[in-house]
Amino acid sequence: MSLQGVKAIYLAEMARMLRTRLQSIASPVISTSLYFIVFGAAIGTRMTEVDGVSYGAFIIPGLIMLMLLNESISNASFGIYMPRFTGTIYEILSAPVSPFEIVVGYVGAAATKSVLLGLLVLLTARIFVDYEIQHPVWMLGFLLLTAITFSLFGFIIGVWADGFEKLQIIPLMIVTPLAFLGGSFYSITMLPPFWQTVTLFNPVVYLISGFRWSFYGAADVHIGVSVGMTLVFLTLCLLVISWIFRTGYRIKP
Amino acid sequence: MDSIIAVDNLTKTYASGFQALKGVSLQIRRGEIFALLGPNGAGKTTLISIVCGLVNPTGGQVLVDGFDNRRDYRQARQRIGLVPQELTNNMFDSVWATVRLSRGLFGKPRNDALLEQILRELSLWDKRNERIMDLSGGMKRRVLIAKALAHEPEVLFLDEPTAGVDVALRRDMWNMVRRLQQRGVTIILTTHYIEEAEEMADRIGVIRQGELILTEDKHSLMQQLGTRQLTLQLQQPLPAIPAALAEYPLTLEEQGYALVYTFDAKAEQSGIAELLRSVDQLGIEVRDLRSSQSSLEDIFVGLVHSREQPQQASTLGGAA
Repeated sequence: MSLQGVKAIYLAEMARMLRTRLQSIASPVISTSLYFIVFGAAIGTRMTEVDGVSYGAFIIPGLIMLMLLNESISNASFGIYMPRFTGTIYEILSAPVSPFEIVVGYVGAAATKSVLLGLLVLLTARIFVDYEIQHPVWMLGFLLLTAITFSLFGFIIGVWADGFEKLQIIPLMIVTPLAFLGGSFYSITMLPPFWQTVTLFNPVVYLISGFRWSFYGAADVHIGVSVGMTLVFLTLCLLVISWIFRTGYRIKP
Repeated sequence: MDSIIAVDNLTKTYASGFQALKGVSLQIRRGEIFALLGPNGAGKTTLISIVCGLVNPTGGQVLVDGFDNRRDYRQARQRIGLVPQELTNNMFDSVWATVRLSRGLFGKPRNDALLEQILRELSLWDKRNERIMDLSGGMKRRVLIAKALAHEPEVLFLDEPTAGVDVALRRDMWNMVRRLQQRGVTIILTTHYIEEAEEMADRIGVIRQGELILTEDKHSLMQQLGTRQLTLQLQQPLPAIPAALAEYPLTLEEQGYALVYTFDAKAEQSGIAELLRSVDQLGIEVRDLRSSQSSLEDIFVGLVHSREQPQQASTLGGAA
């Protein structure tokens, strides 16, 4: 294991994020705060409680997840896509680092940043709404697991994409809709029975439900199912990535 | 022979079906400067890319200092530095950050003194805090070299190092390559500038359409394949080559003021003495004479051209 190599990739990626802090840190925090203001403080006060918590507090876990998914994917996909696009990937490929170390460097940096952003948004939310965290360890665990899983997913997209449009299309067309329809703003028990069943095919439901459980102790699905589904998706991503490096797909002709 | 790189029967067929390498075998000696010559698309970059780990070979083996470059890729790659053909830089990084990244990637501990020395030698030290995107093209090229040297490689690959580079930088680069060789670094450069190979290389390989058609010591190559020319500068112009000199391969140049005699460099008898006697007997006054050896470029063009011709003929035949 070349720790030096992992460290070099990780630090370079973190430096890139700091360099673009306005776009990569300020922007997600501001846009998530807008949701808090509109849905939490303004509209939320006129809505009834959901699962025993005020609406403003109820949407916090979902909004953080929404942000976490998007940021993890965009950071990791951009991180590996740019060297492919500019050609600087030659250096990574010619270096004595293993595929595993490359993934740890890129995905680790992307996940780190997402987790930090998640915590930052959580702190910011405090300005607008009161909330409690019943299971802080689980909360951090979920944050971490989701950040890693979706950074891996982002890495795959960054390898697959052969243009900037493809880089954006999956987060925009698939992940955001799934997150919105996955119970960010409502409990799925509010839906008619048919749509409740449909919703269970949406993987994001399990993430949001589990994360919300760590805050308020109430969930749409059992916490074990949430963790299990996330781990399944994580494993899938790892399998795809190992296939990518085994075949050299779009990285190594 | 102590070879630092041993390429054995390397083949590469890309997914498109294009066969870039057709069984290339090559030994690079430790400490030499080896120039890989070939027209565009001949397979030079593919060969380098496979040795450096950027491209998977279809078949064959590469040993770097005895280490298989796929099985023992860490040991193999640690020894290699690569300067790519394209100016591919992390545009937003500073020079210093990018050089440090390179060293770290290759698993070497931080060594700021060494990096400073490398940057100074490449006249980059003053620019170390500038973003790469703000540098000129020549400076960007130097940054790529600094990155490749940051982990103290034993073998340096320079893929078309002087393409689109001005004369001063080219001279600088040649000097740098010689300094590196003095320190024991083996250098492999690809180029289609023949003068570069002629100036720098100890040995030359010529690659064409995925095949290594020749590897040879530069001097013996130039001797073997080269021709020499003797140019006689005349006092008075000649209207035509005198009939008495018809048996010599002569051409008349410079509006009749120069008589050029071409002969085989390795022939036992050059024929110069007889020619000069005949010229003297004819009463032609010679003002000056000089002899020259054909350049590597002539040899190269001759080599590639002569092997191309049969194929061109068949293509034409097919078209007709």
